[in-house]
Amino acid sequence: MDLLIDISLLTFLAVTAIGIIRITNLFAVIMLFAIFSFLSATLFMTMDAVDVALTEAAVGAGISTVLMLATLALNKDHNEKQPDKNRHWLPLAVVLTTGAVLVYGTLDLPDFGDPASAPQTHVAPHYIEKAIEETGVPNIVTAVLASYRGFDTLGEVVVIFTAGIAVLLLLGGRREDPLDDGAKDKRVPQNLVLRIVSKIVIPVIMLFALYVQFHGDYGPGGGFQAGVIMSAAIILYSLVFGLGAAERIIPKSVLMFLTSLGVLIFAGVGIASLFLGGNYLNYSVLASSQVAGQHIGILLVELGVGITVFAVMLTIFFAFAGRERS
Amino acid sequence: MVLDILSWVCLVAGGLVGVVGAVGIHRFPDFFSRQHATGTTDTLCALLILLGLGLQAGLSLAAFKVALIFLFLFITSPAATHALASAAVHSGLDPKRGRTDSEGQS
Repeated sequence: MDLLIDISLLTFLAVTAIGIIRITNLFAVIMLFAIFSFLSATLFMTMDAVDVALTEAAVGAGISTVLMLATLALNKDHNEKQPDKNRHWLPLAVVLTTGAVLVYGTLDLPDFGDPASAPQTHVAPHYIEKAIEETGVPNIVTAVLASYRGFDTLGEVVVIFTAGIAVLLLLGGRREDPLDDGAKDKRVPQNLVLRIVSKIVIPVIMLFALYVQFHGDYGPGGGFQAGVIMSAAIILYSLVFGLGAAERIIPKSVLMFLTSLGVLIFAGVGIASLFLGGNYLNYSVLASSQVAGQHIGILLVELGVGITVFAVMLTIFFAFAGRERS
Repeated sequence: MVLDILSWVCLVAGGLVGVVGAVGIHRFPDFFSRQHATGTTDTLCALLILLGLGLQAGLSLAAFKVALIFLFLFITSPAATHALASAAVHSGLDPKRGRTDSEGQS
């Protein structure tokens, strides 16, 4: 049964990929990208990688679709340029060669879930056996992500932070006239049904984001997913009520503050553990007992991740959506 | 046992309704009738499948979560259909009227 589900999901993935290549309407391509992400998320689900599936569904299918649509809205032409017919063979050769090399590379990979493979025999048994004992966090993924591999996660957060700064540098320089907001809002159709439905739904989405954030120790979820879901709520608000209204709720200065605040919380927890006599990002010294310290550390670090991801996603969205169609 | 049969009836019926919607997308001539096909079947499909899953779960936290998912879909799915249709009207797409050839909407 699992095999059947895997095969049909992979077939759908392949069909979607071919569709993405063949279709020249960029709007349809973006929708296919979203479908592709959802299919991968389902595939991760069948592999029991629930945290990854949640991330893929929230980031891949949710936010990146919105960002790509915002980018598309800036372009007049919604169709891909037809490439030169005579030069098809060169890209095809490159793609086929790369694909063949990649497939050849997979031959050396261990089987899925192979207990004798290198990653499973090194530190994974330690994580699985000792995670609850050492960190008191039932969700091992969160324990690994925030505690054992905390330094890697700090790097990821800094990458997101840098991405946000880069987008601000490239697109955010143009200050808008605040009086322009009224004119901007008129572009949004005053749709009663959408307004009421989003008023019902947005608080639920925010509540769910908080649940994912603070329940990440026990179930799938954590800062990355929660930040994305929370920013999705604000993006929905700005899509329905207009960009000006959303920017009045969360001004750009607040967003910039939050972007750095998250990274600072994360790095600050590390520095705090340094001062308390532990290694950098060793949370065990934060409280009297090891488990309590780990719990505080993981909670704070995930909060930092969530805040930064939330702020960067919104920064990027505002930067793209705030630009006039040129 | 009765619950199991009932839940499978719901699951299969939900799947069938979903297939009917998919057939509708392919067979109907223009955007609005296609919207009608998916918009109406989508919610019923989700209702039946989630009801089936809830019956499988019994009275538990999982069933409560399924109920929450259903509540969310019950609000968002018709709203999404409405938004799509009204966006189409706003951008000047007119429904097809009368008998025409079966050429799809571009």
